[in-house]
Amino acid sequence: MDFFDRFAVPHPSFLIYASMVGIGLTMLAIVVGITYFKKWGYLWREWITTVDHKRIGIMYLLTALLMLFRGGVDGIMMRYQLSMPENTFLDSQHYNEVFTTHGVVMILFMAMPFIIFFFNYLVPLQIGARDVAFPRLNALSFWLFFMGMGLFNLSFIIGGSPDAGWTSYFPLAGNEFSTSVGTNYYMIAIQIAGIGTLMTGINFITTILKMRAPGMTLMKMPMFTWSAFIANVIIVFAFPVLTVLLAMGTMDRLFGTNFFTTDNGGMDMLWANLFWVWGHPEVYILILPAFGLYSEIIPTFARRNLYGYKSMVASMVIISVLSFLVWAHHFFTMGQGPFANSIFSITTMAIAIPTGVKIFNWLFTLWKGKIEFTTPMLYSVLFIPLFTLGGVTGVMLAMSAADYQYHNTMFLVAHFHNVIIPGVVYAMLAGLTFYWPKIFGFMLNERLGKWTAWILSVGFVLAFIPMYITGLDGQARRMYTYSESTGFSLLNMVSFVGAAVMAIAFVLLVYNIYYSIRYSPRNIGSDPWDARSLEWATHTPVPEYNFAITPQVASTQAFWDSKKNGHELYKGDIEKIHMPNNSGLPFIMSCIFFVFGFALVFSIWPVVIVSLIGILACLAYRSFEKDHGRYISVEEIKETETRLRGAKK
Amino acid sequence: MKLKMKWILLTMVITISTVLTACEPLLVLDPKGPQAKTQADDIMLSIWLMLGIVIVVLAILVFVLLKYRASKQPKDYEPPHIEGSPIVEAICIGIPIIIVIFLSIVSVKSNYEVEATPVGYEDQEPLVIYASSSNWKWHFSYPEEDIETVNYLYIPEDRAIEFKLYSYGPITSFWIPQLGGQKYAMSDMITTLHLAADQPGEFMGRNANFSGAGFAENTFEVTAMSPAEYEEWVEEVHETASPLTEEKFEELLEPGHLGRSTYTGTHLEFAPPPEHDHGSANTDGEEDSDLEGHEEHDAHNAEEHSNH
Repeated sequence: MDFFDRFAVPHPSFLIYASMVGIGLTMLAIVVGITYFKKWGYLWREWITTVDHKRIGIMYLLTALLMLFRGGVDGIMMRYQLSMPENTFLDSQHYNEVFTTHGVVMILFMAMPFIIFFFNYLVPLQIGARDVAFPRLNALSFWLFFMGMGLFNLSFIIGGSPDAGWTSYFPLAGNEFSTSVGTNYYMIAIQIAGIGTLMTGINFITTILKMRAPGMTLMKMPMFTWSAFIANVIIVFAFPVLTVLLAMGTMDRLFGTNFFTTDNGGMDMLWANLFWVWGHPEVYILILPAFGLYSEIIPTFARRNLYGYKSMVASMVIISVLSFLVWAHHFFTMGQGPFANSIFSITTMAIAIPTGVKIFNWLFTLWKGKIEFTTPMLYSVLFIPLFTLGGVTGVMLAMSAADYQYHNTMFLVAHFHNVIIPGVVYAMLAGLTFYWPKIFGFMLNERLGKWTAWILSVGFVLAFIPMYITGLDGQARRMYTYSESTGFSLLNMVSFVGAAVMAIAFVLLVYNIYYSIRYSPRNIGSDPWDARSLEWATHTPVPEYNFAITPQVASTQAFWDSKKNGHELYKGDIEKIHMPNNSGLPFIMSCIFFVFGFALVFSIWPVVIVSLIGILACLAYRSFEKDHGRYISVEEIKETETRLRGAKK
Repeated sequence: MKLKMKWILLTMVITISTVLTACEPLLVLDPKGPQAKTQADDIMLSIWLMLGIVIVVLAILVFVLLKYRASKQPKDYEPPHIEGSPIVEAICIGIPIIIVIFLSIVSVKSNYEVEATPVGYEDQEPLVIYASSSNWKWHFSYPEEDIETVNYLYIPEDRAIEFKLYSYGPITSFWIPQLGGQKYAMSDMITTLHLAADQPGEFMGRNANFSGAGFAENTFEVTAMSPAEYEEWVEEVHETASPLTEEKFEELLEPGHLGRSTYTGTHLEFAPPPEHDHGSANTDGEEDSDLEGHEEHDAHNAEEHSNH
């Protein structure tokens, strides 16, 4: 193939060209806008080089929201394509690319940054810390993740998107059957983003273990911090598998090794096994922090302490262990025999037990409470029944003999959307609405927020419940078309309508943000929800150093007890605070990673070598760099404190 | 607002149960063979059990939301601090454990059923059919009859069928919903699927595992017929069909869609299936391909693969 031919999109269509133009114009508008308002310096100083966990968190949030809409458009396109039999809106190749990128984008570039946003923003605040354990590593984590995301999204305008499904099973994803560079993008972009995530995991485990405020024993940590801790432990155990897996896959594609291809003893199901050894725990990396958020929101608006704190913690620990013991349930149909299937069937069903404990604990938290239906609470109470439905269909899928009928069908698609959307997406939206005032200093409009939650739920039910039925009627997943005679058309049309309704909800969310930026009152104080944990005990907006005086913790709901039971949070005087310096190095190094990745995708070896040297040079530079951070003086802190206290009143 | 939610959820539950039970049967829930029957029974059992759980959770939720919402309570009501109760939590753990144990027993029992010769057919020799996929076709080899078909399958009713599945290319999944659940067909090993049709009829069969551009149309038709009709068909094929040559087979393997076609002879002679064709299996000194002694090999395969 000619050198330049590889950069062309192999299966162009009007839609792709239109998006190219759209992306081009948007980029241009952004660059022109930043230049016009002379914001480049501000961007560099305040955001790109920042090591502040709150700002890094916000950048994760922006990425996640952006990707939510990219993945959402993919979803709508798929549902529209399937809404009618023999639809010709997308051809088979384009549909395959769309569902592949929908899956990758939604799991890895939407849900993951969304939870990492919460880790970043909340964990240090909840444990009364100034920052994470390794602030600069945190910046590097973000920028690597961001560059991975960028590289992946580049695929659909340069060289072609991956088209082998988000699970990318070999040999389909091998060179023989997947000839464009799409799968190279998959391997390398996820690799770069995954390294960032792995470092996030190490960073937060250290932060949570070493940087808790005095008095905060492990069993006094807020539930979200517990969930973040366990999720990060899972990250550290699971992501290395992904790293190795993608490295092997990359070698198969670029260097002609035979790990997963069918010649020379390569084993295709080895990919599937390793993929799900990472992939199944990944599900719990996403859902446990979501559980953590619900465990913050439900007690706050039930005006009661969380019921069964200890069993909540225990259930999360058990789930994290079990999450590594069930991966083979993703391929009961591999022919591994009834004995292995039985083992994995039982371990999978066993996860329902700790999960059930959590559901009941939330229900008992509502019991004898004084329940207020704010927007975050509305998401939480809608989550309980919808997630239960998703959970029980998971138990159905776990029965391996019956799974022979569900496997690879729309029933499965319905199930995992039924856990991921009410589980993760609702939690993210609930958490976003809940923490929005802490982050930005004003509330999102409640009325619009409730409308969003309701419309989203109606759309969700319409979009995904019909899939259970078409699945049982023999509709396989990933089919780009079907004939009239199958009888799938009515339910698929309902599904499309549901997807459209969900789209309305997301548009309403954007409108809500716009509306609230313009019209919401700004004098809301630092604790607008009358909340319970430490993150609400500091000012809004949160000062750079989080807490002027490190709080003293005596219970699981430190802030609540300080408000109601006279626990004293702040003892002693203000002292000078040590903070890390900003650094451009993480960003620069990640940019080189991006070039490295891009060159690797297209096998441009000279550039690969040069950028690899660049990366090593960055590492070497860092190891000789002397940077001891800086101190914020007592006067400066006092001044900030007075100003913020003034703003509150 | 709160009432609306209740109604939406109730409608949802009712819709699911009515659609699943009242309307014309869904393929998976309309079994035409013993294996599919086992699976359909498991599915219905689990649907009812799970529906019960959903309803209980929903009922508790609606009850607490209605009873304990702020607007229903006196202004000065201070919710109590409750750490948790061992008895309540024991119940919340105990009942799910019982349910999971029950379902595990059902699941394990069914596992062994669907992985063996169908119940009621144990005494007869199963009809062995090699089903292999290539982009995006299905090749069915009948070694006993010395016949090969493409994209359609004729089987005698009331006879156990033992499918030997493998693939020329990506992983595919052989699935005839009304006869039984699917199993992967892979290029580096053979998997075995036991099915049987207990009545004549025409059934949909397809590849259920995504295998690239032509995946959606990767289907085949299955016709179950009386043994006499089946014998007639076999004879007819021997009289009318042309033999399958190696060149012809290579041609058939080319990616693309084809209609139905029929041949005498099978590709098993010149293109042996990947029995013991990968990795460790070659080193343990067993002979490569043995079409008759497949049963021991299966046991061996199962054991070997569960270790991976």
